[in-house]
Amino acid sequence: MSEVIAPPEPRPRERSAVGPELQPLLSELHTPGRSSFKVPRPPADALAGIPPAQLRASPPALPETDEPTVIHHFVRLSHLNYSVDGGMYPLGSCTMKYNPKVNEWAARLPGFAGLHPLVPDGLAQGSLELAWRLQQQLGEIGGFPAVSLQPAAGAHGELSGILVIRAYHQARGDLDRDEVLVPDSSHGTNPATASMAGFRTVTIRSTPEGLVDIDALREALGPRTAAVMLTNPSTLGLFEHHVTELLEAVHGAGALAYMDGANMNAVLGHFRPGQAGFDVMHFNLHKTFSTPHGGGGPGAGPIAVAEHLRPFLPAPLVVRDDDGSYRLERPGERPDSIGRVRAYWGSSGVLVRAFAYIRAHGASGLRQVSDDAVLAANYLRARVGEAYDLPVAGPCKHEFVASAANVKRETGVRTYDIAKRLIDHGFHPPTIYFPLIVDECLLIEPTETEPLETLDAFADALIAVAREAHEDPGLLTSAPHRAPVRRLDETAAARKPDLRWTALAGAGDR
Amino acid sequence: MLAALGIESVETLFDDIPAAVRADGLDLPGPRSELELARELEALAGRNRTDLVSFLGAGVYGHYIPAAVDAVVSRGEFSTAYTPYQPEISQGTLQTIYEFQSLISELIGLPVVSASHYDGASATAEAALMTVRATRRERVLVSRALHQHYRETTRTYFGPGTRRLEELPTAPDGTTDLAALEAALADTADPVAGVLIGQPNVFGLLEPMAEAAALAHAAGALFVAVVEPVSLAVLAPPGAYGADIAAGEGQPLGIAPAYGGPYLGLLACRGELMRQIPGRLVGRTTDIEGRRAFVMTLRAREQDIRRDKAASNICTNQALCALAATAYLATVGPGGLADVAAAGAAAARRTEAALAAIGVERVHTAPYLNEFAVRVPDASAVHARLLDAGILAGLPLARWYPDDPDLADALLLATTELTSDEDIDRLAAALGGGSV
Repeated sequence: MSEVIAPPEPRPRERSAVGPELQPLLSELHTPGRSSFKVPRPPADALAGIPPAQLRASPPALPETDEPTVIHHFVRLSHLNYSVDGGMYPLGSCTMKYNPKVNEWAARLPGFAGLHPLVPDGLAQGSLELAWRLQQQLGEIGGFPAVSLQPAAGAHGELSGILVIRAYHQARGDLDRDEVLVPDSSHGTNPATASMAGFRTVTIRSTPEGLVDIDALREALGPRTAAVMLTNPSTLGLFEHHVTELLEAVHGAGALAYMDGANMNAVLGHFRPGQAGFDVMHFNLHKTFSTPHGGGGPGAGPIAVAEHLRPFLPAPLVVRDDDGSYRLERPGERPDSIGRVRAYWGSSGVLVRAFAYIRAHGASGLRQVSDDAVLAANYLRARVGEAYDLPVAGPCKHEFVASAANVKRETGVRTYDIAKRLIDHGFHPPTIYFPLIVDECLLIEPTETEPLETLDAFADALIAVAREAHEDPGLLTSAPHRAPVRRLDETAAARKPDLRWTALAGAGDR
Repeated sequence: MLAALGIESVETLFDDIPAAVRADGLDLPGPRSELELARELEALAGRNRTDLVSFLGAGVYGHYIPAAVDAVVSRGEFSTAYTPYQPEISQGTLQTIYEFQSLISELIGLPVVSASHYDGASATAEAALMTVRATRRERVLVSRALHQHYRETTRTYFGPGTRRLEELPTAPDGTTDLAALEAALADTADPVAGVLIGQPNVFGLLEPMAEAAALAHAAGALFVAVVEPVSLAVLAPPGAYGADIAAGEGQPLGIAPAYGGPYLGLLACRGELMRQIPGRLVGRTTDIEGRRAFVMTLRAREQDIRRDKAASNICTNQALCALAATAYLATVGPGGLADVAAAGAAAARRTEAALAAIGVERVHTAPYLNEFAVRVPDASAVHARLLDAGILAGLPLARWYPDDPDLADALLLATTELTSDEDIDRLAAALGGGSV
């Protein structure tokens, strides 16, 4: 999308001359008889051993096409995407930082990519060593003694961590704890995780300053509390500076403290949750450690725990034996483990990238990451404050909330419209309407990898959009104008869901 | 930037971290240059052994991945985008997910396909939970011949609450014991929510899916098929034998084994269960000027809207892996996919014959596609000895069934289009030449 950055005064209906066009579906590229020759033809009697009743009655109606057509199709589709490679992606709480290319190269090395997950440990010493060292690195970064790399995403890490907490209470015979407390500013995954793990969610209000209300927390804590899930820095980009009091209250009630590590990019080398007293945390390797987001995945969500929770971690972990060799834990080696949360042992391809990122940066580099991310966010916050409300006091950490409540009051234009208009200015919009507790919320996270000029260009665009709201609100409420499509009819999509094509439309049919 | 903020040091911005919890740096070496990093990673990759002739499958299958697939997924426009929250500038990701859903729907024969889950095991666990939600019953039956990790993951997801997972035994031919299934379903006081069976099952055998589905339905239970997608080019799809839900591992569709992931959890269901399916769905719609476009839909099932009432806590999908599968299916086409499935089957038949010629027989009698178990006395030791000969002789099944004397000497062997006649000859020679 870099080609549409900074257009001269866009007007409605104007389209970029180099802008991408919508593409036909693969089903519409179907041309009977067309194919690419990728594997040798098998012998005709290959399926002779299969009972006819088990065979497919007719071949699947998949599109027939050829490689040039396939490549045209996907390359042109790729042009319809905004991406980190194409420009700044200030999506708050998602940490859309640059993804170093050497990490992609590393993950594709045949020694990593070609290894089957069930090979004997002796054939996997490179990957096992890498994983063991990554466990150590994440433990050091988080301040925890034990790490499981198994969870496949942040939400999967949350589920694993909460199951670990449940197993801990049950092992102690503490069976009445059926509640999980979450702040009203939390990610939606926190309450959803609690429900999935069989707990009832209790929501804790925030103070007007945007911090967890410690009195409300104390009131809600009790013999039924299993865990409190906190995000620090919070989803408002604020450090919960009374974290020690919070943790004392949680532990005083016999509950455990879960740290949602979504915002670790702000505090690398500054704050180690385990050292501070948290019992469990998850990391989002695709955020903090720069593994590419992939259009929504794959990510990885390793969890780190304090010593008293090590017995319950998912199995298998990677261990190093006295002779210096590495292996996966054997079945039953940690009998109190919650068990597997997935097949095999971890998303190794994602882990290679995160390991590479941590090795490239080292201690000083990681701290610099957070310094730069926090500096960028505070700088941008000050600039955005020229035109938008800043509902919570600074300084912020790696992200900040702004509010378009002032713009809405003065012009009737909503945050939603501002976000759509930002697209016409060549930027991906920030996260909007989250956290839920901020009116007309914009959650902005620039990350450490954008240069000053880009931060200024983004601030200029956001300020220009606020000005446009006053001058020509219709320009915003009908935006975007310079994207491949205009606003979508999401109601129709949900009312009568069309989730697949139902027929191949051959070239002769079109 | 410091001047603009009126501060002298970035440290000022961390003053809100109280001294009591402030960390003083980390104990990690580095930083290091890209060249040093590349050398270190190459050395680690080089310590893995990927040069053996492999007959290892058991849920993950080595296939030829056309170069076009990596060309597609390597594009930064796909790999460095995030969840398509802004559909106007995410049509690339959204359309490819819609295409993925369409292709998988055709392969599986069920109309609703999620945008993908973490892997086959977690998708299976979600499928089991769907049956509990949809029937408001809490007892789920799973075949003992379903992949061990899938059973364990489902057990973890179920937890120690009121939901229960019971295992069905296998019959002597290696498939799920239908008489035991019928008996388990007959307990009307404790009705069954769902029945989970793998096709092919973990021993590579073809299960009587139509019969099992009919039994489940007669008892008001839902039937879940756990499938391998390449096989569906030639095998009857779940929609044809009455499955209500299908789950599976999409790795064979153009995704590298990569020592455990990232993979691609497949999850599909009948239309009536659409609002029970967890995870992202992409639908076709139009923009305000009538252009066809795609958007995430039925979002009211998801965690960021429903919070503690969501169908699952899943927040993302495996979009880039789904893109790999989409590009793979587009590149090989229906004929190519059928050739891949048939080539694996042909190699398996050749392997069976070559081993029978040296007196190594199958463990089970049920038909198979491209994977089967053979009986080799002292299987674990033989497996280790063959490693030294450069051959990865599949999976010793005692690893997963330590208490089953019938499998104590079993090796599970898989073949694909990568398996050559020379590979088969080497396996047979190594198995026949030693004192097995």
